[in-house]
Amino acid sequence: MSASPAIGGTSAAADLPVSSSEPDGALRRTPLHALHQRLGARMTPFAGYEMPLQYPAGVLKEHLHARAAAGLFDVSHMGQIALSPRPGSTIDDVARALEAAIPTDALGLKIGRQRYGLLTADDGGILDDLMVARFDDRFVLVVNAANRAADAARLRATLPDTVEIEAPPRALLALQGPAAEAALGRLAPGVAAMRFMDVAELDLLGARCLVSRSGYTGEDGFEISTPEDRAEEIAEALLADEAVRPVGLGARDSLRLEAGLCLHGADIGPDVDPAEAGLVWSIPPVRRAGGAREGGFPGAEQVLRAIGQGPARLRVGLRPEGRQPVRTGAALFADEAGGEPIGVVTSGGFGPSVGAPVAMAYAPPDRAPPGARLFAEVRGQRVPVIIVPLPFVPARFKRG
Amino acid sequence: MKRFTEDHEWLALDGDVATVGITSFAAEQLGDLVFVELPKVGAALKKAEAAAVVESVKAASDVYAPVDGEVTEVNDAVVADPTVISADPEGAGWLYRLRLADPAAFESLMDEAAYAALAK
Repeated sequence: MSASPAIGGTSAAADLPVSSSEPDGALRRTPLHALHQRLGARMTPFAGYEMPLQYPAGVLKEHLHARAAAGLFDVSHMGQIALSPRPGSTIDDVARALEAAIPTDALGLKIGRQRYGLLTADDGGILDDLMVARFDDRFVLVVNAANRAADAARLRATLPDTVEIEAPPRALLALQGPAAEAALGRLAPGVAAMRFMDVAELDLLGARCLVSRSGYTGEDGFEISTPEDRAEEIAEALLADEAVRPVGLGARDSLRLEAGLCLHGADIGPDVDPAEAGLVWSIPPVRRAGGAREGGFPGAEQVLRAIGQGPARLRVGLRPEGRQPVRTGAALFADEAGGEPIGVVTSGGFGPSVGAPVAMAYAPPDRAPPGARLFAEVRGQRVPVIIVPLPFVPARFKRG
Repeated sequence: MKRFTEDHEWLALDGDVATVGITSFAAEQLGDLVFVELPKVGAALKKAEAAAVVESVKAASDVYAPVDGEVTEVNDAVVADPTVISADPEGAGWLYRLRLADPAAFESLMDEAAYAALAK
């Protein structure tokens, strides 16, 4: 065993730092820190925060519970950035400014709706993936924890002075799973009327909250932005429902992997363009070649060319044939022996709901069509893997 | 009488053959295991080299050989069902048996009290 047994050995290259003893300077704590301790969480440094990796139930049970009932996640480390018009400008001015930073349809986004989008680099790489929500007087972005400072700096450098950029401290909870609607409905009956990707400002226990019907698990559910000083009370009210149990970052990662969702810094990043990532769907036709507001975002030329040409490598799903997990960094080969690598695994592990190992990788589309049999190298052995469509578990969003 | 390593393995000696597993502390830290890879019977292990791998949902962890020796038997039951390790790490969840190259090496490992002081 390695000295701290939770640290991966040979092939782990774990997506999350799993050591709780590693000195990491001054870690920030979320408003739910005391609650995590009361719940017996094992904490881990993540993106500069001390976050719950798992609770006593453990990653496997937490994962399965979120798919069977409802899981409550503390995701307060994520960045929440509000963009509003300064006096003399309008919300449409903000929308136009946002479209110059992100290949999204901010002008066409209806009040009370949210979209998934990408912050593109000048060369077309993916600086971050994020949610863009439109309220009546502002847009609100939810960005990855590790990128929150860089994203805010880029927006400040990119957006005109007519846009007020604020990142007020807020907590963020995610409530995910088939029992989420009933559990949150006890605090705010209005959530039952929300559809997937709706957003609303709602009072929870008298606190003004921003609620979106979205998440990072493939399940129906909500993300709830609360004032920092009310987060614990709201979390405890949700946990009072016996269908709701706390879920840590470990299961958050296995849930999103099964759902085929990208982790920025692993599956997508500055060295990957949206076409390679299979995220062209996040760029509305109005911003693509031939659209009314074609291009006009960082890296537009490269991104639109990549969409037109088709990518040389593509993000694909993998199912190892045996029980052995194939993890981040494993090289892919066409044959059982010899040859050069044709691809690489970017996320991989065991899928508790699939009941088998699952992974995502990049490979040339002509070498890795669905059903193709390739080999992943794990500890010097080549393990057969089958290319499969993503996601590994069907999404259960409430679209109706 | 068991002996322990800093890498959270336990050994129990019978003649010159030691049964090796991971400690309750390690099993607790690792959580639910989903895959185990054991050495081959007959393999010659060198102390501190990777002898086995245990994997949880999130990570793979090496299990190092605690001393030099030759593998005489492996526990196929934990390969078939890795949760046996989580449930009974210092009993039914043993990993493999090793004929010690030097039986005196066993005595140089930590006793239970020394390990208990480490794993807390």
